[in-house]
Amino acid sequence: MFRFEKYAIIPAFTGFLLMLSACSPNPGMSVYDPFERMNRGTHEFNKGLDRDILSPVSKGYSEFLPDPVEDSVSNFSSNLSLPSKIVNNVLQLDIPAAGTNLARFVVNSTVGMAGIFTPSDSMGLAEINADFGQTLQRWGAEEGAYIEIPFFGPSNIRDGIGLVVGAMLLDPASYVLKPPVSSYRSGSNVGAVLQNRQIYADQIDDILYKSADSYAQARIVYLQNRRFKLKDSKRDAYIDPYDEFE
Amino acid sequence: MLISTPMMNLNNFKVPRRGFLAGMLTTAVVGPAYALDNATATKLVDEVVLEINQAINSGASEAKLIKAFEGIFAKYADLNIISRSALGPRARTASALELNKFSFAFRSYIARKYGRRFKEFVGSAIKVKDTTNLGKFFEVNALAKMQGYAPFEVAFRVSDRSGKQLFFDIIIEGISLLSSERVEIGALLDALNGDIGRLTQDLSDLS
Repeated sequence: MFRFEKYAIIPAFTGFLLMLSACSPNPGMSVYDPFERMNRGTHEFNKGLDRDILSPVSKGYSEFLPDPVEDSVSNFSSNLSLPSKIVNNVLQLDIPAAGTNLARFVVNSTVGMAGIFTPSDSMGLAEINADFGQTLQRWGAEEGAYIEIPFFGPSNIRDGIGLVVGAMLLDPASYVLKPPVSSYRSGSNVGAVLQNRQIYADQIDDILYKSADSYAQARIVYLQNRRFKLKDSKRDAYIDPYDEFE
Repeated sequence: MLISTPMMNLNNFKVPRRGFLAGMLTTAVVGPAYALDNATATKLVDEVVLEINQAINSGASEAKLIKAFEGIFAKYADLNIISRSALGPRARTASALELNKFSFAFRSYIARKYGRRFKEFVGSAIKVKDTTNLGKFFEVNALAKMQGYAPFEVAFRVSDRSGKQLFFDIIIEGISLLSSERVEIGALLDALNGDIGRLTQDLSDLS
């Protein structure tokens, strides 16, 4: 079942990335966007998708389904994302986080009825986020150029590779689950995306539809937030407005 | 000692010089300012947070909430430096009058933009956690618990380099208000070919 040769892609990719990221200017710099023209094109495409499909469908989804049902769908989806988080915890040698995520997975899958409920929350077992882009960062890869990915939105070279490699190779759930459960899972992932689109509708709509340059807004919001979550930013990477006068 | 600000080169700018002098005069009349340190920075943010919490939980109408936010901004934020920074490089060639007018339009715009996001948050609270000295300013970290959202981090950056202890940036989950507004105002200004007067007018007209 497991073909170990394909895992050789991981060190190869990492090497490639570390090479690529060596091309990026100092890590503290706010925005490194050499592909801006192409990215802006992708942004228009993504924005059209959001305006015409994602936003209206997510409104309908939230209006149609009662909140508890929406939550159950998202819980089911989140729960099945835990195994890949555990893999990344281990790859980052973060054993306490792996332990917490594992415990959460076990509790929610059993007591929580296949992840639909989250008894782990009242036990203090909160989900600890981890993805392969983060793992690459821990291994020393710089974020590289900013890119906007079709369908997925803002990202950067390192995290984009992390997304693809992580989903293809490092998701135990995708190996273990077979139809029909695998299709329930895919469906729940869609549901989770729709629910989130509605929860954060005000912020997302402000960025995409109420700003003078939605591309630049989405870019800075994504980069600053991602660096914050990965603890990847230096505190002085932010603008000091008094600098001009000193 | 009246103010603990480092000496600024007064030949390089116009508006902050006025701010600096005004600050000096105010301080001379009011009394000695306390030096900016961990305790005073924390106290400033405690007051800001208290007023924000009060405003959010008052259940007031959106219009009243926006007015309250504008008041908080006027009292505790370094409006001059924030609005000037939002204008980017073009601020250097603007007159002090233009910059001043712009800063008031900017303040209303910010109050409206962020104030209307809070109208549903009755029962929410921000709690100050800790304060760090980052050399030229202090960063006060807080945790915001808003109804219906997971708790998120809010950091206030406080400085006294304009002559008074004020906050000059709010960073929410890593996203800096100063940075986003620079991008936004920059884009608006580009669309108007750098016409700050027109921009001031447009911001005042928006509602």
